[in-house]
Amino acid sequence: MAKQNTSPLAVGRAILPNVWDVAAVALIIGGLVLLVYGGEQTNLPLTALDTSPVTLDPWRLPEYALRTVMRMLLAIVFSLVFTVTYATLAAKSRRAEIVLIPILDILQSVPILGFLTFTVVFFMGLFPGRVFGAELAAVFAIFTSQAWNMAFSFYQSLRNVPRDLEEACESFHLSGWQRFWRLDVPFAMPGLVWNMMMSMSGGWFFVVASEAITVGDTTVTLPGVGAYVALAIKEQNLAAVAYALITMLAVIILYDQFLVRPIVAWADKFRFEQTASVSVPESWLLDLFRQTNALRALTRSVRRGLSALTEIRIPLPNLAPRFRGDGRLAPVIDAVWIVLVLAGTVYAAWQTIAYLHTTLTLADAGHAVLLALATLARVVVLMILATLIWVPVGVWIGLRPKLAEKVQPLAQFLAAFPANIAFPAFVVLIVRYGLNANIWLSPLMILGTQWYILFNVIAGATAFPSDLREAAQSFHVTGWHWWRDVILPGIFPYYVTGAITASGGSWNAAIVAEVASWGDTKLTATGIGAYIAQATEAGDFQRVVLGVAVMCILVTLFNRLFWRPLYAYGERHFRLG
Amino acid sequence: MLKTAESEPLVDIHNVCRRFTKGSGNDLVVLEDVDLRIAPGEIVGLLGRSGSGKSTLLRIIAGLLDPSSGEAKCRGEVIKGPPHGVAMVFQSFALFPWLTVLENVEFGLEARGVERAERRTRALAAIDLIGLDGYESAYPKELSGGMRQRVGFARALVVHPDLLLMDEPFSALDVLTAETLRTDLIDLWIEGRLPIKSVLMVTHNIEEAVLMCDRILVFSSNPGRVAAEIKVDLSHPRNRLDPTFRQLVDSIYARMTQRPEPRAATSEGIHGTGVGMVLNHVSPNVLAGLIEELADAPYSGRADLPVLADSLQLEADDLFHLGEALQLLRFAVLTEGDVMLTDAGKRFASLDTDARKRLFAEHLVTHVPIFGLVRRVLDERPSHAAPAARFRQELEDYMSEEQADDTLKTIVSWGRYAELFAYDEAAELFSLENPH
Repeated sequence: MAKQNTSPLAVGRAILPNVWDVAAVALIIGGLVLLVYGGEQTNLPLTALDTSPVTLDPWRLPEYALRTVMRMLLAIVFSLVFTVTYATLAAKSRRAEIVLIPILDILQSVPILGFLTFTVVFFMGLFPGRVFGAELAAVFAIFTSQAWNMAFSFYQSLRNVPRDLEEACESFHLSGWQRFWRLDVPFAMPGLVWNMMMSMSGGWFFVVASEAITVGDTTVTLPGVGAYVALAIKEQNLAAVAYALITMLAVIILYDQFLVRPIVAWADKFRFEQTASVSVPESWLLDLFRQTNALRALTRSVRRGLSALTEIRIPLPNLAPRFRGDGRLAPVIDAVWIVLVLAGTVYAAWQTIAYLHTTLTLADAGHAVLLALATLARVVVLMILATLIWVPVGVWIGLRPKLAEKVQPLAQFLAAFPANIAFPAFVVLIVRYGLNANIWLSPLMILGTQWYILFNVIAGATAFPSDLREAAQSFHVTGWHWWRDVILPGIFPYYVTGAITASGGSWNAAIVAEVASWGDTKLTATGIGAYIAQATEAGDFQRVVLGVAVMCILVTLFNRLFWRPLYAYGERHFRLG
Repeated sequence: MLKTAESEPLVDIHNVCRRFTKGSGNDLVVLEDVDLRIAPGEIVGLLGRSGSGKSTLLRIIAGLLDPSSGEAKCRGEVIKGPPHGVAMVFQSFALFPWLTVLENVEFGLEARGVERAERRTRALAAIDLIGLDGYESAYPKELSGGMRQRVGFARALVVHPDLLLMDEPFSALDVLTAETLRTDLIDLWIEGRLPIKSVLMVTHNIEEAVLMCDRILVFSSNPGRVAAEIKVDLSHPRNRLDPTFRQLVDSIYARMTQRPEPRAATSEGIHGTGVGMVLNHVSPNVLAGLIEELADAPYSGRADLPVLADSLQLEADDLFHLGEALQLLRFAVLTEGDVMLTDAGKRFASLDTDARKRLFAEHLVTHVPIFGLVRRVLDERPSHAAPAARFRQELEDYMSEEQADDTLKTIVSWGRYAELFAYDEAAELFSLENPH
């Protein structure tokens, strides 16, 4: 399962941040500032929000669930469109690549919920007083949680298309368009589908978070499961929270059965391998469809039409001249291009500083950094705890194939489940027993993301070669020695993959986990997440920008200086086979 | 089938060179002053060692690479991008795993915009011709190597090319499968059932070239150029045991082991000289095994290369690598298609492991300049350690990155065997320290 798992953070590029990363940070934050600025200009009162109010009637839940699912679907469609265009441009044009890839790299470390503030303001500004704007903002939030790793995977696939197939395409005179559909897309398909699956499972968290959000004096409540939970929290209705939980459970299972699984099973044929594999992903739905005659006949003309579309000889410039030998591409244009990019970067940085400088001082920045360090400490402690718990459990399960087969889907399901739906249950306990919010709100950050560690460790332990296990056994290697020299190195690359995802998810969750409420009781932990959340609620955009920027830089540094080297180390030393 | 020399050539290569520009300024010449004409009706073979530029020449004709200088024409027109009327069969098959056999065969027709119905008819005909009936809806991964390469042939033939290019088409197949495919192909050729005019194939297998080709161009390495042109006048089907056949094979072996310069014993070696010598990686244990084999009966110090290749089940190319490594280390010499142990080689065979290592080390330092350099640098530095990059840079002044990689790998492997120095893979660091 984890075979196709290209961890987005470990793309084998340089470990230390380079000038392009700095440029990307500046460009992204500058872009956000422009968005907000534009939003502020058109910040019209939203009194006309004509949504029928969300109610706690459980019989309305199916309808709410449907609307939530629609948002998810819409977002994945946008993500696909983005992936195909953005990644293709980055892969095929060297000059675009210089700019696009560092931006993408930073974007995937950005706390997505921090975006929400900007996007809500922006989209509401685009469609003042209409639900449509709010819907778009929610869809955009989900999109931002899904698109980056898909684009990265697609880009990497395009860059690694086997040379002989490229030559075959060239020597059979395929046009750029034909080649794209015949070679590039199919080759990238398995990685794309795997990342799409991961994206969709991560997306539930954000769809729930984005349905009920308050920015300044604008409160947006979109009918959906997330809004339902928000209302339940406000009205302190624990039963309603339970209904929402059950609904979400059903929704994710249906989604998995009707969408994810058929796609994964179908995409299996694109796997680039020369021998038939032992285990093939299956989907009863796909099998069903493949066995029907009438349905297939109906879709045949559609498929014909689509394939005819890919056969059109659109004279796109043949985009594969990379290996034709001539490495000398107009250096003057290159220089001009780089100067342009740098100028844009400087302008964006200047914009940001100027914008922040109107109300904020250096002391504010220092304050934000301190808060971010507090959150960092939380993430580190939680990751250590989760590791101490889930690595032994994962190994224990993974070495028992029968058990692993049953637990693995459960762990994946738990990773997909939006933990924020379950938050109220914990908050109730903290309120009732008067626990310290600074400590006890923290576990919420990792509630939903710890499962990534578990299922990756299970996958690693399952894949551990039995001959090595037998060798260890026959030499009577046990206890700590066994862990240190046998199993831990064996699962290391898998663990790191899981831990990177879990750690990134925790940062994101900080924005919703460091502030929690139950009815009128508000709990706040000290940290950058709470800072951003509070600034959002107060409509203090300067502080939101500052908070997001600080968090973004810290997360990027954390990834570059810790996770990426660790991943590279694991790949070099412990990759089996 | 017989052709006249006057007929217009399909391919006309004149004075073609191919260089790769390197950072240090000195270009790497892969192909130098090559002339080649291919007339309709002949099978031409490009035979040579790996790195002799034969594949580069094939790719220039296929329009996948541009020549650095000189003129490459196909049917009178300068080659710019893949010419029409040329189709290629790949060493790695290059089939699309997500397309069925039928779809793979239709692939080239589709790109030309051939209509669906006609595409199907032609593809089925090609599948029928090449013996793939019944496999139309299978995916490549369900097929054996031989069947996959048949798909590769069908895909090339279905576009009815004038010239079929084959890039070591049988080298990824096992011996028996390769033989079947070769004879099937030759049978179709002599029966005139192939919809093509000529074939150009690249190979490093001498017998294969003699078995299939009407004309063989033997390439020499560094830089790649045509060392000899050999006409094969034997009629098809050819018999490998035929004395004329054997004689031809032997003479090509001899030609390929010929030293580039006559100053034999003093010359520094095979590829390049001095520190910039390209070292192909061969395991020291395999070298030791070969020396033992040569020292024992029936060879007693001297063996005929084709015979040795046959009995050790080695490809000629691999055997050349081994022989040249031995020659470089002065454990053996290659002459006229034979390999002959030197006195040092004979002594090596009689020693125990530790003494062998000492002798190996001694020969490395004296006869392979790069080892002298590594040793000197390590001795001179106070830390007795040097990063691999230090030597890589020096190597890359003389050779491509790939060759430098291979050479570095060889340095590490031989140096470790000889216990000349230690190498830390993770830190990429050479040192004199041995772990305690």
